Amino acid sequence: MAESLLFFTELLGLPVLDVKGRRIGRLRDAALVPLVHPARIDRFLVGGGWAWLTIRYDQVASISLDGIRLKDEVLTPYHSDEYMLRIGRDLLDQQIIDVNGRKVVRVNDVTFEVRSANGNGNGANGHDHNCLWILEVDVGVRSILRRLVQGALPPRWIRRLQRPIPPNSIRWEFCNIVEPDPQRRLRLNISHEKLEKIHPADLADIVEELGQAERGAIFESLDSEVAAEALSEVDPKMQASILESMEPEKAAEIVEEMSPDEAADVLSEMEESTSEEILEEMEVAPESEVRELLEFEEDTAGGMMNTEYITLHEGATVEDAMTALRGNEDQLENLNSLFLVDSEGRLAGTVPLARLFVASGATPLRQLASDTLISATVTDHQDDVTELFDKYNLLALPVVDEEKRIAGVITADDIISVLRQK
Amino acid sequence: MLFLAVLGPGFITANVDNDAGGIYTYSQAGARWGYLSLWTLIPITVALILVQEMCSRMGAVTGKGLSDLIREEFGLRVTFTVMSLLVLVNLTNVMANFAGIASSLELFHISRYFSVPIASVAIWFLIVKGNYKSAEKIFLFACVLYVAYIISGIMVKPDWTQAAIYSFKPTLMLDRDYIEMLIGLVGTTIAPWMQFYLQAAVVEKGITAKEYVQSRVEVIFGCIITDVVAFFIIVACAGAIWSNGPRDIESATEAAKGLLPFGQYAYLLFSAGLLNASVFAACILPLSTAYSVCEGLGFESGVDKSFDEAPIFYWLYTLLIVIGAAVVLIPGFPLVKMILFSQVINGVLLPIVLIFMILLANNVRIMQEWVNSRFYNLASWITVVVMIGLSLALAGISIRSL
Repeated sequence: MAESLLFFTELLGLPVLDVKGRRIGRLRDAALVPLVHPARIDRFLVGGGWAWLTIRYDQVASISLDGIRLKDEVLTPYHSDEYMLRIGRDLLDQQIIDVNGRKVVRVNDVTFEVRSANGNGNGANGHDHNCLWILEVDVGVRSILRRLVQGALPPRWIRRLQRPIPPNSIRWEFCNIVEPDPQRRLRLNISHEKLEKIHPADLADIVEELGQAERGAIFESLDSEVAAEALSEVDPKMQASILESMEPEKAAEIVEEMSPDEAADVLSEMEESTSEEILEEMEVAPESEVRELLEFEEDTAGGMMNTEYITLHEGATVEDAMTALRGNEDQLENLNSLFLVDSEGRLAGTVPLARLFVASGATPLRQLASDTLISATVTDHQDDVTELFDKYNLLALPVVDEEKRIAGVITADDIISVLRQK
Repeated sequence: MLFLAVLGPGFITANVDNDAGGIYTYSQAGARWGYLSLWTLIPITVALILVQEMCSRMGAVTGKGLSDLIREEFGLRVTFTVMSLLVLVNLTNVMANFAGIASSLELFHISRYFSVPIASVAIWFLIVKGNYKSAEKIFLFACVLYVAYIISGIMVKPDWTQAAIYSFKPTLMLDRDYIEMLIGLVGTTIAPWMQFYLQAAVVEKGITAKEYVQSRVEVIFGCIITDVVAFFIIVACAGAIWSNGPRDIESATEAAKGLLPFGQYAYLLFSAGLLNASVFAACILPLSTAYSVCEGLGFESGVDKSFDEAPIFYWLYTLLIVIGAAVVLIPGFPLVKMILFSQVINGVLLPIVLIFMILLANNVRIMQEWVNSRFYNLASWITVVVMIGLSLALAGISIRSL
């Protein structure tokens, strides 16, 4: 098994031999064409004199530490091809995301597997030929050693030398390349689908480690919903700079998916002109909600609250509440109370959600409401709000305007964020 | 508190620059040559600003550290070489600063066998168990303590007319010692590790290209303050020691003692300043080294990671402190030789780093519209060529005296 492995550091500089075993030149780089195959090396680049030549994968007879033997000598000159992912130029020394380990790593070396494949006609006379598949990307001390002594010692010595060091590699399927240029991303068939499976909080940690351009690129190509969740977990200052670096339409899509209070927080961090551009691109409903929230000072109840809540008339029953919940399924995950209002829209009571389940369908909600009605006004300072949460052990606190009409709700996670930022 | 909002990485970096080694160099310049060397401070400030500005701009635009960029553009072997040299240079710098802690506290009659172990453990804990935000506040406070030098400079009552004249009047002499001193002044002010630290700190703070203007002001301000402090150290030693007969001094503590005739306070302030500078640099150097090396070579790094997640980072950080502190406690350790040796490596490393920086700052793919302007390039290449000449000369001199 070990014999069929080949490292990129070993591949580089291997002599390339023609059909009669004469040397053509040395190997300079190898490239994938991800649109054709995600892991098989499609092109070998060989440098002779001034120009580089391209060897197609099916022109190779065998690959070993002694050299690359060709079975077809019709080689084309190398032109920089935008559909190629060149291992030496585009992968080595760059940062990639280890989806499985959920971290950013830097590529030191690449491990290939030499596989035998049947020639499928194409002038190959049905002979077996070797091709290279990317198996793993190497990080860690072992691959650093290989890079340092590469070319200075014979490959077989290096293999012996590295044996005591434990390998540290990431399987190719778990590698996610980060490419800032959207055109090239398309040509190289790079998607960030794998990233969408990572927990948003972990994804946020990952992007915080990347450079600015890469960060923007990832958020641009992620599904807006995933992007919004991950963005909410990123440091607020960085959120703004990420959104600012994007096209306003895409930024607007992401902001729409965020909860209105978080959206308002990010937008208030930005320059007026940029946030205005984004707001203009948004759908009418979320836009007006966010705009309302933007009116409030950041450190008041109005600035902290969000507008995702469910209200019912004070005369409603448990049955009505259930119907209302069914109509608002997207809010269920973070909901823990319902609010009762009178016919003027003034706050009349708070019903803890759990009480609905032990009451019969016809019970009036008023009977289930908490005894004391606790609320904050939009202008209350955030310290007072925090105190209310602490004093009454709240999970959610309704916020009302001057006319006592409900304006929004503050939840415990908002309080945690406030406290964390202190 | 307002100044905490405005000041940050640039200001800290520039101040750490005046570490134990720097203070000795300035003291020696003042004690031996009086006011003669003051004219170098203006060109040094300009060069420092040019170099530091480039770094913080790269950090703000790319969001990547200098060692990251070097790795991505110049490959692993180059990075490894640069990082090895950096570790060597910084290790000797750490030693020099622990020696500074030891000798400044000995002026207050505290044994080094007591002060150095405690200081090293405290420094280790501050960084590993604290967080960057609180550490940065402590660092900014440490920057304020450099005022000690300004006060002690004034207390000595130096000849201000002479100081003013020589600040603007370039004086060159074909004297080996004089030239050596000039080179030392430049070399101690612009050090390779600062560029790595500054860029990393700008990235860590999340400064973006848009907010960069503010950051630039901070960098310029920091560089000026650094050299103002240097000015007062030179002037203090010129007024106190040189005016009573020019002589060489062996250490910064000797300079402090030279201030004794001008009152207990001048002496105490000077020593306290040395202690502050040494502790400050001993905090930042090992941390910055560990970060740069791990970033460049692709190891996990960061004090927010656990020991298991980032073993190489923690080992490197710990070893730098342990070795740096331990050698100070070994009687008869050839510390002066080590420092001379580190100046040689410094002379090799600095030009490499500066050239990489200019190449990176001119790379359109990396810097987009923020690449160096033509004028900026001209100015920075001149700086680099002069720095290379001086550094190599200093390295040459250091080799001869090894």
